[in-house]
Amino acid sequence: METVITSKEKVTVFNKANQVLGIHLEDARITKSYLLVAFIALLLGGFLGLLQGLNRAGVLELPVWLNYYQILTAHGLLLVVVLSAFFTIGYFYAGLSHTLGGLLPKVRKMAWIGFWMKMFGFVLVVIPILMNEASVMYTFYPPMAAHPMFYFGLVFIVLGVWILAAGAFVNVSHWRKNHKGQHLPILAFFATGVFVLLVGATAFVAVEVLFMIIPWSLGWVDTINVMVARTLFWAFGHTAVNIWYLTAVSAWYVIVPKIIGGTRFNDYLTRVVVIALVIMNITGGFHHQIIDPGISLPIKFMHVFMSLAIGFPSLMTAYAMFRVFERTGRRKGGKGALGWLKKLPWGDVRFLSPFIAMAAFAPAGAGGIVQSTNQLNQVVHNTMWIVGHFHLTLGMTVVMTFFGISYWLVPFVSKRVLTPQMNRIGVIQTIIWTMGMVIMATSMHIVGLLGSPRRTSYTTYGEHVAAQAWDPYMIMIGIGATFLLIAVIIQVYAIFNMMFFAPKGETEFPIAEVEAGEFPTPYLTERWGIWVITMLIVVAMAYVLPLTDMIVNAPPGSPPFKTW
Amino acid sequence: MHLDEKIWLTLSFGMIMIFMLITGYQTFALEMGPPSHQETIDPEKVDQTAPFNEPGIKKIGENEYEVVMTLQIFSFTPNTIEVPAGSKVHFILTSKDVVHGFEVANTNINAMVMPGHIQKITQTFDQPGEYLVLCNEYCGAGHQMMSMTISVK
Repeated sequence: METVITSKEKVTVFNKANQVLGIHLEDARITKSYLLVAFIALLLGGFLGLLQGLNRAGVLELPVWLNYYQILTAHGLLLVVVLSAFFTIGYFYAGLSHTLGGLLPKVRKMAWIGFWMKMFGFVLVVIPILMNEASVMYTFYPPMAAHPMFYFGLVFIVLGVWILAAGAFVNVSHWRKNHKGQHLPILAFFATGVFVLLVGATAFVAVEVLFMIIPWSLGWVDTINVMVARTLFWAFGHTAVNIWYLTAVSAWYVIVPKIIGGTRFNDYLTRVVVIALVIMNITGGFHHQIIDPGISLPIKFMHVFMSLAIGFPSLMTAYAMFRVFERTGRRKGGKGALGWLKKLPWGDVRFLSPFIAMAAFAPAGAGGIVQSTNQLNQVVHNTMWIVGHFHLTLGMTVVMTFFGISYWLVPFVSKRVLTPQMNRIGVIQTIIWTMGMVIMATSMHIVGLLGSPRRTSYTTYGEHVAAQAWDPYMIMIGIGATFLLIAVIIQVYAIFNMMFFAPKGETEFPIAEVEAGEFPTPYLTERWGIWVITMLIVVAMAYVLPLTDMIVNAPPGSPPFKTW
Repeated sequence: MHLDEKIWLTLSFGMIMIFMLITGYQTFALEMGPPSHQETIDPEKVDQTAPFNEPGIKKIGENEYEVVMTLQIFSFTPNTIEVPAGSKVHFILTSKDVVHGFEVANTNINAMVMPGHIQKITQTFDQPGEYLVLCNEYCGAGHQMMSMTISVK
């Protein structure tokens, strides 16, 4: 009995200490480590991006020992897998620590095990890429076969993700046990959704890699079913990027309203958006296969609906954001139709960067809706249009939100402050990045419509006129990439400065309150069991039929090829 | 929920539904669906399997042609074809090794070509010119060289 009391007392003391002193030092160390890895990946990935941009502009010939496809594989993995995943985990673990009263000691241990597993996995992935044994891109479509070490690395990365997800679930369920009948704090609610999706998405790629590719690349089986592998990949591949998007969305709903001095959007609807994005997400990946053989038209049509359905919660979000902005601006005295816009803190990088990120999602989301419909997809599939699309969605919508977060999260976990000078540097960085992305993504969209293929190094196709028409846009892409690398360098400088050199002090973790007098949210939103089961039903509806068809009516399989 | 939010969400929902209706109408009524042929082949015996044992172009009707084509690193077989303007061309495609793409710049021809699967796509070439055909799925070190031309006279 006594021990129980002491441990309870300890918890209260600990909670109080947490509220007074900010984040627990050991929790801060976890987030700092994740953020450091994320931004080093940004620096490397950004540099490789510039090399590609200059190569395609025709001004840089790459050496034999570091070819375009090696660089592209590394660029994709560093930015889509390392930067986004490490940032997401660092951010949500800080959020869990802050809103749930600190991480549990065992969860902290899990966070470190997950960290080192992911790092070990990345080393295993990077070695064959550097040796030109794994120039297979982010998608590693069989029957192209990389060195087996590449796939073992992926397994460790996935295991690391699962440990981190388990850690988050342990902490959340511990909190719920001690707060019966209460709603999970909103940021922890977003984190739960993100980690549920991470497990759901990586399960598909784990099956692909563990049960199909590894036995095949080791020579235990002779052939592989390329369609099944590809379908499993896209159930993961598209969900992954949507998870980074959901992470950005969490900051829009929870953090940004506080930064502009307002309250957050309706709590119930916010949670509904999270649940909708979790349930409908995994099935969205199928639209990457709209022009594949071996899938019937009715199945493809059903998947157009499944892909477009994700647009709905995003459109709810668009409304919510501008409603919050308008409400806050008017309360600060903004008059007339658009006067409230002037009342928003445009000079604050913590607002400016995520705001541009949201604005970018208007064309990015519209492009997404367009390209997931059958016929329009056929026009742009595998052209530079797609590259432009995901530089808008990931490079602007997600990453600029992450940048905005970093200007308070890094000082918060480092017990330092954001100085006005650093804020000004951040604003300049935001402007340069925006210019670079707008120039680059616009050119990519246009040149894609003119037929320029993605994932293709500099080529004139024997001086063909059609390819010559692409040249001016390719030069614009090179210019955009140059702006972007400048912005990357400033951003990484800012991270290191805020983490190690900025003046000491306390920074707030900005979490907006709900609007006074709001109807209480139904407790139904907290029933994660129901949402996970619904998600599984939707996934089954989407995938059981086509996958069974691909397995039952499979052609003889393919042996491995190394074509680079 | 505010009235303006209800209007916004109704419009959003309506927009998605209109997209669905148009896509469905085009796919099933106008037969404009994306290339989705469902026929398989042994990817290691493409050269011995008809019709791919004789890749090339064949006239099958008034202004109508059939092109049997294999894709392999890093080329198309046949690597050039010629048709009169106004011809309707049916392409029958498969891959002998990895995943390739079949794209004709400045047309709507775009299809994935996978080993083990036969893909089909049809296009009418009304405008004369020399069309650039390229592989738009990364297939290896020489991917950027994988192209051919279609001359429409």
